[in-house]
This record gives sequence, structure tokens and C-alpha cells, in this order.
Amino acid sequence: MKLTGAEILVRTLIEQGVTDVFGYPGGQAINIYDALYKYKDEINHYLTAHEQGASHAADGYSRATGKVGVCIATSGPGATNLVTGIATAMLDSIPMVAITGNVPSTLIGKDSFQEIDITGVTLPITKHNYFVHRIEDLADSIREAFQIAKSGRPGPVLIDVPKDVQMATYEYEAQGVVEKIPLPLAKQTQIDEAISLLNAAERPYIYIGGGAAGLGMGDAIRELAERIDAYIGCTFMGLSAINTDCDRFLGMQGMHGHYASSMAQKDADLIFAIGVRFSDRATGNVSKYAKGAKIIQLDPDFAEINKNVCVDVGIIGDVFDSFTRIAQGAAERKHPEWREKVAALRKDEVRFTAEAEAASRTPLTPKRIFDIINEKKPASTVITTDVGQHQMWTAQYVKFDDTRRFVSSGGLGTMGFGLGAAIGARVATGDCTVLVTGDGSFGMNLNELATAVSYRIPVVIVLMNNGVLGMVRQWQTLFFGKRYSNTVLDRKTDFVKLAEAFGAKAYRVTTPEEFGEAFDAALACTDGPVVIDTAIDEDAFVLPMLPPGGSIEDIIVRK
Amino acid sequence: MEKKNQFVIAVYVDNKFGVLTRVTSMFTRRGFNIDALTVGETECPEYSRITICLSGDGYAREQLINQLRKLYNVKKVEVLEDDCIRRELMLIKVKNSPAYRQEVLAAVDVYRAKVIDYTVEEMCIEITGDPSKIDAFVELMKFYDIIIEMCRTGVVALERGSNTLLNK
Repeated sequence: MKLTGAEILVRTLIEQGVTDVFGYPGGQAINIYDALYKYKDEINHYLTAHEQGASHAADGYSRATGKVGVCIATSGPGATNLVTGIATAMLDSIPMVAITGNVPSTLIGKDSFQEIDITGVTLPITKHNYFVHRIEDLADSIREAFQIAKSGRPGPVLIDVPKDVQMATYEYEAQGVVEKIPLPLAKQTQIDEAISLLNAAERPYIYIGGGAAGLGMGDAIRELAERIDAYIGCTFMGLSAINTDCDRFLGMQGMHGHYASSMAQKDADLIFAIGVRFSDRATGNVSKYAKGAKIIQLDPDFAEINKNVCVDVGIIGDVFDSFTRIAQGAAERKHPEWREKVAALRKDEVRFTAEAEAASRTPLTPKRIFDIINEKKPASTVITTDVGQHQMWTAQYVKFDDTRRFVSSGGLGTMGFGLGAAIGARVATGDCTVLVTGDGSFGMNLNELATAVSYRIPVVIVLMNNGVLGMVRQWQTLFFGKRYSNTVLDRKTDFVKLAEAFGAKAYRVTTPEEFGEAFDAALACTDGPVVIDTAIDEDAFVLPMLPPGGSIEDIIVRK
Repeated sequence: MEKKNQFVIAVYVDNKFGVLTRVTSMFTRRGFNIDALTVGETECPEYSRITICLSGDGYAREQLINQLRKLYNVKKVEVLEDDCIRRELMLIKVKNSPAYRQEVLAAVDVYRAKVIDYTVEEMCIEITGDPSKIDAFVELMKFYDIIIEMCRTGVVALERGSNTLLNK
């Protein structure tokens, strides 16, 4: 069957199982959009307000399901607007395929209108990228892109298609969905080493990261923890890998982690790290990190072993397989002292949280907001966030009941990520989706309200409004003598009117009762987004906190 | 801490448009400081061979190799044995001053270099060898203070014996 390049492109997406794409048309993508029109019964295209929103939507789509997210943009500014979204996906290892149009080959390199070397721009922020010179290579490049995006440690791949390749015609024959390249299985000697470390441990701590988040390992991890009397903590990216109600689970550790989780990790004599890359936000000062512990690390990416932290046993390959084999060999153990120690840490944590609550000047504290969200949210709700204080409170307080229910920009820390990602997650899952955001982050990409309204995508938007850039302000309070340089927003934005102008419902609330009612009303709305403008104290802190460059000994638990 | 020393890494990459950029861009992004890098054709037309010299400890070497292996167009990465054959070529233009002419020609002879251009003002010398030999020759020319211009290729290296990297 002879098709145009643009048609081959769209048909190959369909062939690879893609049902939804996010994007924005333009002069050099017009042929691709013509093909999307032709095949609109087989593939849905969501027009976003901005290409950045499309990239975050593709990312959220992927995080919530594990499928490869797809976004499309035109050349030049369309392509560069994807950059933040691609980098966000790269830092969090999210499988994504980004497709861009480019000027015809004859105009490449001549600084033509809307020409940009997007493969050059995205070189350091993609797993791989393609400039398709010849139509003969188009379909296979796309297939390879999908395979690369989802194999091993996943990540984004970009395909740049010049307009003449979109317009040329070539033979197309549909193929099957490309399979992931299977990960190697660990050598038994390494598994045995890990088992003997585990069996020798007195204070074991299982440490879950993003590499384990989507694998459905929660039950297996819980079972092991109970058998060997271990506690479980996670990185930011590891949230929702295990249900929060697991009594062995201490929550996120690290810069803003739970007190008990961070302290238990410090006191552990064995850290069993699964899909963790020991980021600086998780370890603090790496030279003082986990000095008293043996470390076992499981990861699909060989380059992560000994990159940031030197480990005792580094096992490359299929993480779930390695984990299962190690778990099989682990002996049942009892560590009463370790239990007592952790129980005491948990008691301290409860006390610190209560103290912080009591110190609040407003009735609606962050914790109260999340208590209400936890109480009311339906099962399997997807929680997305932007970046800042609200994000850390979400990470600390939200109770997750399923995997892939936490969608948030961890590695890159992209303010403006949340709304696009929430749209993508909701489209992908059809499950209740709540965006927790702040007035700073929301201001960056709130134009995507238009997208949610147009496509009647119900996203509950909890806007934690403190009128300041709270996370930077918190640092300024603690480390810069309260010199609040450019963090007081004072923007006079009326978020209720603003939401209404977009065609969304909106509420403004200042008390827990009002918030509860508004949240109920928002959950009941099934045909579009609802904004809940929620007033919180500008000086509410995210605690505990490890000062930047500090270690766990420097933990701050009080204002 | 391991002592810093120089090691030579040979990399087979797809002989395709833009692959060298992918490799060098990764060095910049990850902060690797490369002493020398050469690239050229190999016995297989579909691959190019990049030879990289890097000074550093074992950690730097492991990181460099791991990050290279992650690149999609990289097919093979090997640290060459310490006794591998390393060669570099230099062209160096020096002043043809009567005061030092005999010393320079004697040096060319001793170093088994070649004079490939000779005018009243200058002579151009071609010298091949292990990088340390070339360094020594440059030092000698510096001593006479007669260097006009010079250009070095960077190291190419092969292991001894009949093995090739591709079938290693």
C-alpha cells in the first residue's frame, strides 16, 4: 500500500497501539495533521493550549499507565516548546515519543522560517533521537523509537520529520507492536551475595524508587518486609509503588521525607535499594550517606550502579526477577530492637507533625487539606502535582492505594507540569484525577484549563494558594535572613473568575468545612475541570527538611 | 584513592551522521575532560572507531565506559591494555635559522622524523610515534625557541596480537 510519509507516520503510531496523542499543529506539521484527520476514527488527537502542555500530557498519560505517551509539534518554536516536557520525562525515565515536523530537507541548515535543529537541542535530554532523512526509514525509525522508549530504563525519544519526507510516498505494511528488549537476568552468585547480606542484617530497610514504581511489586515487597522484619521507605519517585496503609511502610525519605523514614534509613545496617538512583535530594551530602549500612542495589541500568553511591552488591537486570529470587532465599528473621527503634521514631514523627499543626495561623492547614482529600477521594484516584511546597505535602500526606497513582515531576522539578499531566492521566485511565498545585506553578501553564474544558476532562484542581513562591520563600526564611526577593506574588489574580472565564467551575475556600464541600462538588462534576482556590498560610513550612548540602544529622523538624 | 593515570578507550560506533556529536555531547553533559579524541574508518564500513584518551581514576573510567555504553549508536567499548600500540602524528613548522639548523636536522634523524618542506625561512617536520616521543620532540624544539606552528592528530591505538576488538 503506497502512502504519504505523514500517513505512514500516523499509521505506524496506530500500528504500535497508540490511541491518544497530544499536540499542536503548525506549518511544518500540517501534513501530519491532515493524516490525523484522515485516521481520526482510529486515533484521538487532543489539541492543547501550548506544546509544553502536550508534552506533559503525554508524560502524565505514560506515568499513569506505563504506555508510551506521544506528543506532536511543528518545527521551530513548536519543537522547542516540547523541550521542558521531554527533559521532565528524561529525568524521571518516562517512556515518551515526541514527533516534530521540520522544514523541507532543501531548506535545512539555511536558518529558514521556523527551522530549528531540534535533534541537536534534545541530544542531552532524550534517550535517543532521529532526524528522518529518507521516507524509506520513516516507519522503522518510529518502531525503533517505541522500542527504545520502553525498553530497559525507559525514556523519551524524539523523531524529527522534514516536510518533504512527510509529503513523499512509499510502500507501507503494518507490523506488530514492537516488544521491549528483555532485560538480562542476574547471575546466581550475585543473588546469593545479596541473600547472605540480607540474612546477616539486624536493621534492614527496603528502599523503593521509581524503577520499581510501575512494576506491581507492592505485595511482594510487603511480604518480604514482614518475613525478614524489615521496614520500607521510598524515594519521591517510588511513591505509590506500595500502598500507604502497609504498616511496614515509613513513607518517603530524603530532603522532605518522613522523619521516621529518613532516620530509619540512617540507622539501618542494610539498605535494599530497588530501582533507586541515589539522587542528591534523597541522599543529602553523599559523603555522609548510609555510612553504617551495607547496600544492595537492583537496577535495569548498569550505569546507575556505583554512580552516586558505591554499593556492596549491585545487580543489573530485571528488577522484579532479581527481587523475587533474593526474596525466595531470604530467611525469616525477628529484630525486636529494630522494631522498638522504629516505633520510637514513629512516635517522634507524630509529635513533630502535631506541633507543626498547632502552630498554624490559618484553619486550613496543608495536612487538613490532605486528610480531607484522603477521606473523600475514590479508590484508584490519580494524584498529580506541580512543583513546590504543595508537591512535598502531597508526597508526605496523600495515601496511595494502587500503583501508578502518583504523577509528579521528580528529577527535573518542573513547575507547570501538573495540569497537562493531569489531563493526560485522566484521558489515559478514566479514573478520578486530582491535581494538587500552588498559585506559582498553576500560573505557569493554566492555559491548559482551556484543553480540559474543551474536551470535558474532569480534573479536580486543588490550588493551594498562599500568594507566595512558598518553597523558595521557605529557603529565604531559613537561609537568607527573610529577604523575600521576588517570591511574594501579590498578583491580584482572581482564580475563581479566571477559571470561570475558561468555562470551568470554581470555588474559593478558607475553612476545612468549605474545602470538604467544594471537594465533594468537584468530585461530582464529570464534564469538566473544577478549580478549588484554597487559602493557606504563606509561612506554612514543609517539614522535616534537610538543609541543602546537609546530611540526615542536620534534619530540621521545627520552624 | 587510585592514582590518576591515562588510559585509552576504543569505541566502535555506527558510521552515521551525527554519531560523533552524540558521543562528545555526552562528555560535556557528564563533565568528562578528554585528553585526546580521534575518529576514523575501520575494517567494517558500517562502524567508525573512536579512540579516547582520558586521565583519571578508576571511578572516572567506569563512569565514562558506562555512559558510552548507554548511547544507542555505540556498539562496543573497550579499555585497551596498557601495552597497546599507540601512535600519533604531528606536523611541526620550525624556523630554518642557520644557528640551529644542524641541531634540528640531527634531532630529526635521531627521532626518525622527516623533513617534508624546506625553505629559506622554515622547515616542516613530520613525526610519528608514541605520544611521549612527540612530547619530547616538541620540548626540544621549544628549547631552541623556533616553533612557528604545530598540529597533532591525537592518539590512535590497537592492541597487540591477532585479536580484534569486534570479536573480543
